[in-house]
Amino acid sequence: MSMEEVFHPMQEPMILAAAISIVVGAVAIVAGLTYFKKWGYFYKNWLSTVDHKKIGIMYIAVALLMLFRGGIDALLMRAQTAVPDNGLLDAQHYNEIFTTHGLLMILFMAMPFVIGLMNVVIPLQIGARDVAFPRLNAISFWLFAAGAGLLNLSFIIGGSPDAGWTAYFPLSGTEFSPTVGNNYYSLALQLSGIGTLMTGVNFITTIIKMRTPGMTLMKMPMFTWSILITNVIIVFAFPVLTVALALMMFDRQFGTKFFAMQDGGMDMLWANLFWVWGHPEVYIVILPAFGIFSEIIATFARKNLYGYKSMVMSMVVISLLSFLVWAHHFYTMGHGVMVNSVFSITTMAIAVPTGVKIFNWLLTMRHGKIQFTTPMLYALGFIPIFTIGGVTGVMLAMASADYQYHNTMFLVAHFHYVLIPGTVFGVLAGYHYWWPKMFGFRLNEKLGKLGFWFIAISFNVTFFPLFILGLDGYARRMYTYSESTGFGPLNMLSFVGALGLAVGFGLIVYNIYYSWKHMPRNEKADVWDGRSLEWATHSPVPEYNFAVVPTVTRLDEFWFAKKEGRDITAGKIEKIHMPNNSGAPFWMSGFFFLAAFFAVFNQWIPAILSMLVVFGFMAYRSFEKDHGRYISVEEINETEKRLRGDK
Amino acid sequence: MNKKISLMFLAFGALAILAGCEPLTIFDPKGPNARTLSDTIILSIITMAVILLVVYVLLAFMLTKYRASKASADYEPPHEEGSHLLEITWTVIPIIIVAFLAVVTVKTTSTVETTPEGYDNKEPLVIYASSSNWKWHFSYPEEGIETVNYVNIPTDRPIEFKLYSFGPITSFWIPQLAGQKYAMSDMLTTIHLAADEVGSFMGRNSNFSGRGFAEMEFEAQSMTQADFDEWVTDVKANEKPLTEEKFNELLAAEHVGRSSYSSTHLEFSPAPMEHGDMDMSDDEMDHEQMDHSTDSHKDSESTHSH
Repeated sequence: MSMEEVFHPMQEPMILAAAISIVVGAVAIVAGLTYFKKWGYFYKNWLSTVDHKKIGIMYIAVALLMLFRGGIDALLMRAQTAVPDNGLLDAQHYNEIFTTHGLLMILFMAMPFVIGLMNVVIPLQIGARDVAFPRLNAISFWLFAAGAGLLNLSFIIGGSPDAGWTAYFPLSGTEFSPTVGNNYYSLALQLSGIGTLMTGVNFITTIIKMRTPGMTLMKMPMFTWSILITNVIIVFAFPVLTVALALMMFDRQFGTKFFAMQDGGMDMLWANLFWVWGHPEVYIVILPAFGIFSEIIATFARKNLYGYKSMVMSMVVISLLSFLVWAHHFYTMGHGVMVNSVFSITTMAIAVPTGVKIFNWLLTMRHGKIQFTTPMLYALGFIPIFTIGGVTGVMLAMASADYQYHNTMFLVAHFHYVLIPGTVFGVLAGYHYWWPKMFGFRLNEKLGKLGFWFIAISFNVTFFPLFILGLDGYARRMYTYSESTGFGPLNMLSFVGALGLAVGFGLIVYNIYYSWKHMPRNEKADVWDGRSLEWATHSPVPEYNFAVVPTVTRLDEFWFAKKEGRDITAGKIEKIHMPNNSGAPFWMSGFFFLAAFFAVFNQWIPAILSMLVVFGFMAYRSFEKDHGRYISVEEINETEKRLRGDK
Repeated sequence: MNKKISLMFLAFGALAILAGCEPLTIFDPKGPNARTLSDTIILSIITMAVILLVVYVLLAFMLTKYRASKASADYEPPHEEGSHLLEITWTVIPIIIVAFLAVVTVKTTSTVETTPEGYDNKEPLVIYASSSNWKWHFSYPEEGIETVNYVNIPTDRPIEFKLYSFGPITSFWIPQLAGQKYAMSDMLTTIHLAADEVGSFMGRNSNFSGRGFAEMEFEAQSMTQADFDEWVTDVKANEKPLTEEKFNELLAAEHVGRSSYSSTHLEFSPAPMEHGDMDMSDDEMDHEQMDHSTDSHKDSESTHSH
């Protein structure tokens, strides 16, 4: 590949502008850190941290950044299709944009946002001092960051993947996608996917082994339950993606024929493998949101969660069914009435446990005392909007009817109606809810609510018209359409909605700045009058989470203790064992990134050398003697006094 | 609250549109297959609207009755574990709804996957529809003619489209006549349909297949049997036969206009085997697959030859 080809994307003015802004941004950060002499602080407190709370915050920060990166893609797509025969983007550029929009939003926005919140909250909710494998947790994050960086780099160097986020073969094979775009796809997803798999192992172990005394499984908060189930799905689903991506890489870069059109290759094998991972993936990002809504609705209705057992049960059933429905993504491949019928029924069956959850949330509010805070607004907005996504899901599940919806805007509208009120509202609710726990001050409620209304209303303006367009025969992923189709007016309406969404998300970010400047510090630990253990410790949370690990006897122990006037964190303070920070995860992932980057361009020698360094880090770790450190009782007392005294 | 009202308004407004004033393409079927799907979709929308209504009424009730501003300051919500009766109710009723929709699905899926009702006594017309880059080839083996980017069919006769692709997976879709199906390089799939009346319908590939995907449309025209026969005779008499060389030229091209030929490419470049043929004894399957792989190899070589 010549240099000209490598930098080919830069010939596009918009991409050149994006590239320049990235370079300027990077230079500004480096210069800023140098000027304020913050390199040491930055490295010591963030790059080399193994603290679950800081790792969680970094996940959320990257997720927000990617939300904007993917959001700009979305705006461009809606702008391009706002009027018929628009020339804003050409077909190639449009194809790259909808491909990266899907990848970024699912894998580099929804996933890290969910994982970030689980990092911050889970150890606190179960009364633990960190996750089971703190250093592995740091590797998970840095591998994810490396994958995100690699995918974003593709826009500037070499060209982005352009075969859709589903990357169906043979379209994504070298014959029809000769650029390095889909090499980036396989390698960037592979890096972050390995990180996610480790997160799965880490959090299952954490939740199974590190719960505070007395917290049996059926006394765990609902968010913890949702995360446990989510991570079980991760551990079963992600290896399939790992294998599929490896086969894709072999096909594209080593000339194998797993998914080729000839020599016994099977193109639909990729589709099967992709969706065997891809459908559970949907539940990986939706179940944590269900958990978050359960916490928030119970807190702000000031009532315990209705039907706790059936809530747990329904999530378990959903997780099992999630592995039995993948073929509904391609009813139209012609696998006959029998196969389609079976998958229709398993898919529709998911509506039953999901319905159970909706009704339990509704009944949680009965006899309650509902406060309309920002997190609660997201939880309440979720119910009516997500239900539309749910019922259209049942409609799509009917194989015969799907022959008309498949590949149309109806489908696009459906999954946005599931993923935005589900996942995005979920993580935004969690973000507003746990923000004071992370930083010790609240986000401004007025701005938060304004942002919610902008997002909730604009969302419907953007996506409801797409249902109608789909039923009118508008296929998805078309970069343009002719005026005679009559698709123009509704597309324009949708674009207007997209602008409203942009304002809404802009308000959320402005709120960070505003609240940082103006909101009072030293919030009390339990800002929302919460029910679970994370509210029992200080805000922001000290490094060791709990000076004394609380003991629980029932669900919502903290809530009942408050009513009875007990302090569940009282007790004798002892020295606390904590893991040491380590820069190894950061550097190791850096070399992983280099290896993947060289591999994208088939530069095998530097790729192998980088991998050798990675293995060097692993070998070093195997022989390293690091037993952690102790925080002395004096130090704990001092920290506690400072945190308490400030109140 | 105003959001919920506007939402309901939107939902019912959409229903009103769906119900009739200006029919959307999907709800304007011109053949038995598409009509079955249209009826199925309308039935499911009505069922789903009822479910939405129940959820919305419950939510509106909870939010108006139990808001903090309405409760007295010292009101303390009670502790409620749940209710077996209620939980069983909202498990069983959805199961019944799903069971009902499952029956509808299985029935309608098998209906649209066979020769349309009322047409089963007539011999189906078989047309091979294959995609390459961003165009469609239609081969009529019985008539011995081939067209590019347009297809003519007789009314009142069942049609079987045999689909495959010379490249990325595409999806063959004439929404007013039938639902879509994938065209793939390594197996043949079938769409059954029939047109009730004379007319011109939009057909397209709906599965993203690269740069020229948006323009990958064709016209499907239904005509009386007499008009159809006349058209076939006309093509046979006036158009050149499709040579292998000419066909390779067509395959290599990105977009082309319409054209007609008095022979088909199936003679020198046969279609892959049917999907259903995979269900055979191991021996036979190995044998068939070997044959098939040589076939498709040849196809791909011809694709490469440009």
